[in-house]
Amino acid sequence: MKVVKPVTTDAPDAAASEKYLAVQNSEEFAGLRKTLRGFIFPMTIAFFLWYALYVLLSAYARDFMSVKLIGNINVALLFGLLQFVTTFLIAWLYSRFAARRVDPIADKIQAELKADGEAK
Amino acid sequence: MQSHTFSYLAAEASSSTSRTLTITLFLIFVAITLGITIWASRQTKTATDFYAGGRSFTGFQNGMAIGGDYMSAASFLGIAGIIALNGYDGFLYSIGFLVAWLVALLLVAEFLRNSGRYTMADVLAFRMRQRPVRTAASVSTIVVSIFYLIAQMVGAGALVSLLLGISPGTTFLGMSANTAKIATIILVGALMIIYVTVGGMKGTTYVQIVKAFLLMTGALLMTILVLAHYKFNLSALLGDAAAQSGKGDAFLNPGLRYGVETAGDAAKTFYSKMDLLSLGIALVLGTAGLPHILTRFYTVPTARIARKSVLWAIGIIGVFYLFTLALGFGAAALVGGKAITAQDKAGNTAAPQLAQTLGVDYLGGQTGGAVLLAIIAAVAFATILAVVAGLTLASSSSLAHDFYASVVKRGNASERDEVRVARIAALVIGAIAIALSIFAQSLNVAFLVALAFAVAASANLPPILYSLFWKRFNTSGALWSIYGGLIASVFLVFFSPVVSGSATAMFPDSDWHFFPLSNPGIISIPIGFLCGFIGTIVSKETDIKKYAELEVRSLTGHGAH
Repeated sequence: MKVVKPVTTDAPDAAASEKYLAVQNSEEFAGLRKTLRGFIFPMTIAFFLWYALYVLLSAYARDFMSVKLIGNINVALLFGLLQFVTTFLIAWLYSRFAARRVDPIADKIQAELKADGEAK
Repeated sequence: MQSHTFSYLAAEASSSTSRTLTITLFLIFVAITLGITIWASRQTKTATDFYAGGRSFTGFQNGMAIGGDYMSAASFLGIAGIIALNGYDGFLYSIGFLVAWLVALLLVAEFLRNSGRYTMADVLAFRMRQRPVRTAASVSTIVVSIFYLIAQMVGAGALVSLLLGISPGTTFLGMSANTAKIATIILVGALMIIYVTVGGMKGTTYVQIVKAFLLMTGALLMTILVLAHYKFNLSALLGDAAAQSGKGDAFLNPGLRYGVETAGDAAKTFYSKMDLLSLGIALVLGTAGLPHILTRFYTVPTARIARKSVLWAIGIIGVFYLFTLALGFGAAALVGGKAITAQDKAGNTAAPQLAQTLGVDYLGGQTGGAVLLAIIAAVAFATILAVVAGLTLASSSSLAHDFYASVVKRGNASERDEVRVARIAALVIGAIAIALSIFAQSLNVAFLVALAFAVAASANLPPILYSLFWKRFNTSGALWSIYGGLIASVFLVFFSPVVSGSATAMFPDSDWHFFPLSNPGIISIPIGFLCGFIGTIVSKETDIKKYAELEVRSLTGHGAH
């Protein structure tokens, strides 16, 4: 490895391109993409809306946010702490989802690609 | 609070003890990290070692290092200070900074690790024409990093004078206050250049880990002391904080600093609330576009370990921000708003002042106060030093790997040559940052951090997401979104009240502002995304084969470096 190639491809030949196209068009890969996007996109929208709700309430619903719940602990503080809880929760859910539903399919496709490359 | 006021006055006497101790502890930190750096330099042989620390770090190590890169002095001293003076509103910052990590976790980290090599541009240029896209990515990387660097270094200069008690008119080691500030900026700059050029990514990563450990330990210790003082009754802490702040119940509600309601001025109230929304969006979308954070994902062997490192980072950063909440309210309650603003109007010394008070109360009187103050001050220096090193490394990597190797040498640079250029680039960028920081030291630089986040969210995040998820995206779209987002955010900030036309502006005596918000995010981020979309559809170019390769590689990890 003396020369660093700026292009990140290792095999720019036509056969390799066809191979990637074939994998991308395979049902297995489409399933992987669908499973993954089916989690990360809705989850991103969900946490963004939830966060936006918090920011909007902080800006426009001051009376609601300043309602005291227990002692000096008010809705604003509870809402803020809930953002921490949901962030930790989403991170944990994602890691569990990825390990169970994504990693096995990704490994399988990668192994097939590797075996294919070695066969040639 | 009589006793505290008294202990404060008495503490003045022991401030020289504390100062000596702070310097000693700081020198110990420098000695240890320089030792690590020299050790790391012996392990740094290839370009992968220099740029990505040999991709040999574990998830936990990289998670700590991410925390080290991310928890800047702005978030440690700044957020604690904002909470101490303005109460609840400081918490908004912490939440934005934390939630932002979900963008990195769900949409960026693993895909970037799988398909890139050393820099952000590796992914952006994957299926594009290399030279224009890498040039653009290099420009935005350097712009973001330099803004952030200047903010940190100027902050370091100001902080040192505050923490070491150097005020105008007094001297320190024979230097005037101003000379001491300049000396601090040069010292910080020189150390960061040494960390980066000698230790590369490996050395810098260990510096981050040591710093994150010290910062977490210091913050934990203070949090426990604050909570113990109130017998772990959060409500009592909040009540005392509100009472001592002089602002009453409003202290515990949003609105003292952001989204301020001005009675009788509907326009002012409207813009103030828009500014709050704009800040909120920039915080949450900026993180996953910060170059020094993105390059961290390359330091681990696989995408799965990159995932694990982000999970660790979320845990560490989240807990840290919970600590700052206790520290901020603790400082308001135990030090008091008056004593804090007497030291520093912006409240940046709230955490160190709290350390001194806690030390006096719980760690054996004056000596304890001096010791705890010294520890926290030294941790704050370590924090600044580690963050600037990470920024310098990210920008010099981009200059060498993206601009020199791909644009100037058209991909024909040897590995040795590229690393040599990266080291020179670190020296040059470091020198430029030092010079600019000395020039900027009397200016209000808070906007530079906001600008760095806004540029990252407007110019870097749109092309990253389009690259990874949009088949049709092309060279034109990448260039439009990078330059569009970059120009829009810099332009809006230049014409905003943070640069001219307000008492706290960079140029308070002139007024050319017409954009009413301090943070451009709410306009510039949509512009970045829109430009990427328009730029893409006006060009016919689409490389479906390269997209197939990018998508297969980013999702499966096949062919990952």
